[in-house]
Amino acid sequence: MLDTVEAPRPTDADLSGSVGRRRPRRELLPYLLLAPAIVLELLIHIIPMLVGVAISFLKLTQFYLRNWKAAPHAGGDNYKLALTFDKPAGKALLHSFEVTLAFTLLVLAISWGLGMFAAVLTQRSFAGRGLVRTLFLVPYAMPVFASVITWSFMLQRDTGVVNHVLVDQLHLASQRPFWLIGNNSFLSLVVVTIWRTWPFAFLCLTAGMQSIPTELYEAAALDGAGIGGQLRRVTLPLLAPVNRVLVLVLFLWTFNDFTTPYTLFGKSAPRQADLISMHIYQNSFVNWNFGTGSAMSVLLLLFLLAVTGLYLLIVNRRASDA
Amino acid sequence: MREPSWFRWTRRVGLSVLAVFTLLPIYVMVTSALKPLADVQGDFTWFPTRLTLQPFSDMWHTIPLARYFLNSVVVSSIASLSSVAIALLAGYAVSRYRFRGRQTFSVVVLSTQMFPGILFLLPLFVIFVNLGEATGLPLYGSRLGLIITYLTFTLPFSIWMLVGYLDSIPRELDEAAKVDGNGPLGALFRVVVPAALPGIVAVAIYAFMTAWGEVLFASVMTDDSTRTLAVGLQGYATQNNIYWNQIMAASLTVSVPVVVGFLLLQRFLVAGMTAGAVK
Amino acid sequence: MRLTRITTTTIATVLVVVPLAACGSSKSKTGAGDAKPTLTYWASNQGTSLENDKQILTPELAKFTSQTGIKVNVEVVPWSDLLNRILAATTSGKGPDVLNIGNTWSSSLQATGALTQFDDDTMAKIGGKDRFLAGSLSATGVPGKPPTAVPLYSLAYGLYYNKKQFAAAGISQPPATWAELIADGKKLTTAGHWALSVEGGSATENVHHAFALSQQQGGAFFDADGKPTFNTPQNVAAIKQYLDLMQSDKIVNPSDAEYSNGTEALKDFATGKTSMVLWQAAAGSLKQLGMAAADIGVAPVPLPSPTPAGGRRVTSMVAGINLAVFDNTKHKDAALQFVKFMTSTPEQQTLNKTYGSLPSVSDAYTDPAFQTTDVQTFKSILSDSAAPLPAVAQESQFETLIGTAIKNMFADAASGKTVTEADIASQLAAAQQQLGG
Repeated sequence: MLDTVEAPRPTDADLSGSVGRRRPRRELLPYLLLAPAIVLELLIHIIPMLVGVAISFLKLTQFYLRNWKAAPHAGGDNYKLALTFDKPAGKALLHSFEVTLAFTLLVLAISWGLGMFAAVLTQRSFAGRGLVRTLFLVPYAMPVFASVITWSFMLQRDTGVVNHVLVDQLHLASQRPFWLIGNNSFLSLVVVTIWRTWPFAFLCLTAGMQSIPTELYEAAALDGAGIGGQLRRVTLPLLAPVNRVLVLVLFLWTFNDFTTPYTLFGKSAPRQADLISMHIYQNSFVNWNFGTGSAMSVLLLLFLLAVTGLYLLIVNRRASDA
Repeated sequence: MREPSWFRWTRRVGLSVLAVFTLLPIYVMVTSALKPLADVQGDFTWFPTRLTLQPFSDMWHTIPLARYFLNSVVVSSIASLSSVAIALLAGYAVSRYRFRGRQTFSVVVLSTQMFPGILFLLPLFVIFVNLGEATGLPLYGSRLGLIITYLTFTLPFSIWMLVGYLDSIPRELDEAAKVDGNGPLGALFRVVVPAALPGIVAVAIYAFMTAWGEVLFASVMTDDSTRTLAVGLQGYATQNNIYWNQIMAASLTVSVPVVVGFLLLQRFLVAGMTAGAVK
Repeated sequence: MRLTRITTTTIATVLVVVPLAACGSSKSKTGAGDAKPTLTYWASNQGTSLENDKQILTPELAKFTSQTGIKVNVEVVPWSDLLNRILAATTSGKGPDVLNIGNTWSSSLQATGALTQFDDDTMAKIGGKDRFLAGSLSATGVPGKPPTAVPLYSLAYGLYYNKKQFAAAGISQPPATWAELIADGKKLTTAGHWALSVEGGSATENVHHAFALSQQQGGAFFDADGKPTFNTPQNVAAIKQYLDLMQSDKIVNPSDAEYSNGTEALKDFATGKTSMVLWQAAAGSLKQLGMAAADIGVAPVPLPSPTPAGGRRVTSMVAGINLAVFDNTKHKDAALQFVKFMTSTPEQQTLNKTYGSLPSVSDAYTDPAFQTTDVQTFKSILSDSAAPLPAVAQESQFETLIGTAIKNMFADAASGKTVTEADIASQLAAAQQQLGG
């Protein structure tokens, strides 16, 4: 699906692209298989998204919530408001965009790295492996509300365990730092999100590694490859399809993450950890100004489309070079 | 094959560090669940000075925890099983066939992940209300609406991941099955699914956990009798007081079945399902 | 083969179970027409838990049913969800018949048109406007328009102080002026003990206090036409006054800048970590948090002395919960009967006694439970020195912008940076521009 520029593989599936006089039933099969997915996607995802795009051209404030059709047309005003970077609203949006980008890249890189690290370490069987794998999935199993609230406990300046260890026990800092407000709030957000995200990367990578036949490792070992060599020659290339999807998806989800910052900071996030999803939430659900909220969402969508397009281009070129 | 000792040491140290990072909040949760409320909000101590099991009994009364738990289990299980089933069919189509519209379908499904979920909420609610009136199906304030929503939300990722796993399963397997006289669906269920089991399990876990933890849509689409756990836990934070110890106790309790599930399922994340399959 | 069976069984199960899952909805089919209808009532969380609220309300609703034959299905909606649910109901037209709303939401909700307006006829049906406390009634919508809801539970801010700690420090009276507050605060602040706790990370608390202080300075956040006037010297002075408690008077713990969930400052006061807190009527919570009743003292929030030019005698915003009727309801008469019941004197007395809030109708105050010093103090605050937050449609935007700005300024102050008047002015100017002003 992502290998869009790949040369078609010679399989019997090619026949389904033909005029199909010979096997009419085969032609229909892919569409039938897709039908439930298409219906649901249209109804639940696509149509609401299109409605959202349409709203971005309206002045949909609380005055018109009851009757969207009566909302006056805003033309491009909502977009102008979001994109005028020397005005406060635009400036705040640009700032939150930069914060979100930094946040996403950090979380993505570290979560993927930790997931890969742990997946490689647990690939070979050892005593207690099942337990370790389950342990690593526990953050993923915990309800978000509870685990993020626990972190906010741990990060409290006076009563939290982090400062207790840092200041009282390890004496690494003389002044009790703030973790939930001020400059450190960005770091806290990143750490909490990594805590919640890396188990998912670990899960996908572990599952992906299972479909690599062991003969390939044995062959590489016979060629003289050590563990690092096997990683480079067997594991990473064969994990490429999984990684292609995983990295992209982690990027998109982290960029759009709303639950973690909302639970950690509440409705009003500190300036340094102001994510774009909170801006959109503020505009839609707090200020009831859906026109601007939708415009921001569409801009976000366009940006992510551009990034994804670029990503797929690079990834596919590398895949066809390989 | 023999493992070099540096690898073994890296494993021990690396996994231990990760374990501490993972476990520290869990430890705080466990000790908080065993403290009386006043102690939880006080200065941090590694071991509770006063131990009590009271939160574990109070938590059932402050909010209807049992009902919320049941709702979550029903909604998440059905949503995840349905999502996997539909995604499997769709993924098989995309992986094994080149048909017109394949590109469009992929791109459109991909783009749904770029839109902030918040903006879906109101249009979706309106659609559900109108559909509900037209068809008589209870779509809002009900578990059905939530199931359909979660099932669809998890479809894009499920489809992608499954396409990725299915792509890595050689076509020769399908061929072999067809030689045995199976149609394409038979090939799918008899041969491809067993080979893709780790991927299927991973996707099922993802779908279940997404439904299990989703808060925003559940808060609007359910009422008191159909509310799920993720939202219901917020009920411990009342106007005047937040029952931290009960939140922790409740979260630990409801996570136990999930973690046990993980323990049982991680058995399926094993190697060798494809090894030897093509001989 | 085993797996094929598993797969097919799964699919079959899904197809059978999905319809069963639909049996989770509890939509009460309210019969249209003359048979006694069933009302759906969204109550807000006022008690110690959602179940607690249900336990408190159920007998009262039973009384209503026995009087009128109308059944009421109550759902207690947590505050985290209430506004979103109202939003969804407004958009889709499907909602409850009667609902509680925060009184500061009144103007914004009025702009949607989703709630029934209490014009003179409608007011007459529930007993007339004059029964209600003037202060509470002022927070029910845009002035000049009929109220969009009626006051149900009334609250105001007061200065809670710890009588025991005051006595130990040799202070006989609670401070009546801001200068006295600072002086007393300095006496009470010792190593490991702070005089005053503030919920500095909560945008709502911040804006409530900023509003009252700005009124005291003669300032206003919106002019008579509803246009924002954030960046004025009076508003700047008010906010500086509040921030100075932490940054220059040093009677507030810098860690309070983190307090954001609406309970921490009160908890510090209840456990004796601090001696004062500016809070809404909290006798019930303080008792639950373990504070001895004899130690609890309450006084109006101090005023500046001498009174600044144009300064108004305001020590609190008008806080409280209003009761509204969803305009799309199919049972308007029944809904109004319910409103009349809930605002009737006996119900006002029962419910407000239980919740620890103040009745919003004047005749309810004859009950001896409302004769305690605590309640009398709040009643006089509510009638003499309380003003409603700006009744403009952009009210929630105002709260978010100003409250968050103050939160960020507290964070700066806590980390050692001094926030000057110029900083505050530029923040207010930026906030005002966001509102298009």
